[in-house]
Amino acid sequence: MHGAEIIAILEEKFGPRIRQKKPDTIDPYVVVDAADIVEVCRFLRDDPRLQFDMLNCISGVDYCEPEPAKAAKAGFEPHLEVVYHLSSFVKRHRFVVKVILPRWKDNVEGQLPEVPSVTSIWPAANWHERETYDLVGIRFVGHPDLRRILLAEDWEGHPLRKDYIYPLEYHGIRGR
Amino acid sequence: MATIFPPEQEQIIELDVRTDEMLVSMGPQHPSTHGVLRLVLRTDGEVVSEVTPHLGYLHRCAEKIGENVTPIQFIPYTDRMDYLAGMNMNLGYSLAVEKLCGLTDKIPEKAQVIRVIVCELNRIASHLVGIGAYGLDLGTFSPFLYAFREREMILDLFEEVCGARLTYSYITIGGVHDDLPENWIDRCRKFLEWFVPRLEEYHTLLTRNSIFIKRTAGIGVLPKEMAIAYCCTGPMLRGSLDRRKGDPPWDLRKIEPYCGYDQYDFEVPIPPFDDAPIEAVIGDAWHRFFVRMKEMEQSARIVEQALRKYETARGSHRIEPPRHLPPGEAYVETECPRGQMGFYVVGRPTKESVPLRVRARSSSFCNLSVTHEICRGCLIADVPAIVGSIDIVMGEVDR
Repeated sequence: MHGAEIIAILEEKFGPRIRQKKPDTIDPYVVVDAADIVEVCRFLRDDPRLQFDMLNCISGVDYCEPEPAKAAKAGFEPHLEVVYHLSSFVKRHRFVVKVILPRWKDNVEGQLPEVPSVTSIWPAANWHERETYDLVGIRFVGHPDLRRILLAEDWEGHPLRKDYIYPLEYHGIRGR
Repeated sequence: MATIFPPEQEQIIELDVRTDEMLVSMGPQHPSTHGVLRLVLRTDGEVVSEVTPHLGYLHRCAEKIGENVTPIQFIPYTDRMDYLAGMNMNLGYSLAVEKLCGLTDKIPEKAQVIRVIVCELNRIASHLVGIGAYGLDLGTFSPFLYAFREREMILDLFEEVCGARLTYSYITIGGVHDDLPENWIDRCRKFLEWFVPRLEEYHTLLTRNSIFIKRTAGIGVLPKEMAIAYCCTGPMLRGSLDRRKGDPPWDLRKIEPYCGYDQYDFEVPIPPFDDAPIEAVIGDAWHRFFVRMKEMEQSARIVEQALRKYETARGSHRIEPPRHLPPGEAYVETECPRGQMGFYVVGRPTKESVPLRVRARSSSFCNLSVTHEICRGCLIADVPAIVGSIDIVMGEVDR
């Protein structure tokens, strides 16, 4: 099934809750609100026409230009995106769902933005969400065990944020 | 002869041996964890009730590096992810960037054929390490030595092609770095002639080895539904499929052909197998191992066809990629020896040479995330047998 058809099915079901649709991009995608993500994902998995039973990847993308001189020409407003790459074992098609988040919750720096966890739909999300939390700094609400996975437990900051400051020292180990 | 305890005086002594739960840390320097994986086992006597993998000992934040270098500069970093299948990693990232730049249909035929040749040879080399090291985990040393003998020949072939034996950086954006050297095709054919009959030796050493069967058959059974829910791919998923139930041979080379894989005649081995021992059940460690064995056969078949194709292939081995990445994003998955390796590349709206984001979806990472499910209730001695059958490369898990 092509991206445009999947988008049509989603629009028929969710209407204006599909915030954006991009059927013509390289990988067609839709944008939904964080509050709707669990419901949309459950529909994508359970609808007999779609059957997205595999969650291939969750990625966090930080749209931000830390240098003030370049920020005006960056071509985007600062925000975060959570990108869900789905595929179907039965139907053999792929689709992408996105959630757009502010960089910080309530615009308070240091407060991680929140998105509901989809671990209840695909267990594969467990480690992907932990990784996204660890590296990009997005809190997945409802995740059973949201700990850092790749970095040390006492690590500070989230390295894949564009404004991340490299630590000079970690437990007496000097960086550069 | 008088007995010390005549039957009427025999008493049954009940020994009330209580076992406490114990946490055992396995790794990160344990030889059977294939690198630096640390498993914390909650054990009750010999039985494992819970496994918690701890990752990150090899983490280099390759994704952050990818945001700061151009795609061609990032190719050597992809080698270091799955260092046993560098060619396949190079290919995955190159395809993702090519998809973003709209080059997918413009890659010349010759470049495609060379890519297929080296990727399939690399798959053989990677599976050889996989099964050799798996034998090592289970206490048989010789298959490992034989596997390395064959792998050495592939590495020699690769060395001739690109100068490197492990981190090739040979496949690059727009094609491959250099054309194949003179007479390489003949040497590759000689290798295949030598290699294919050797596979039977492995079957004797491992597949039909009764100790090996006892250690692997019926161990770590992964049902198909669970494999899909955890997005396990590659031999891990294929070992759990059942042709009789109408499961498709799930291999991206067949399902979403890239690099012209649709023009090759090969099969995707999935259970049931005629050679399976009676103890083996679909989805166990033995089946995962056997799928790898069968895949080597098929890879050799593909290489043979590709070598024939190379002689008549048109075009150059490489085209010039654009200097700047267009805005937009592309996600590509390829069938690597360990499963589906995905690369997600986001270009900046301002058309710069460096991407905004590079994401590597690692197959070993997803395959490993199912460990706690399939290890539940097994014996401690079976944990290396199960983890070995997943065939992880920590460089790829931690990236």
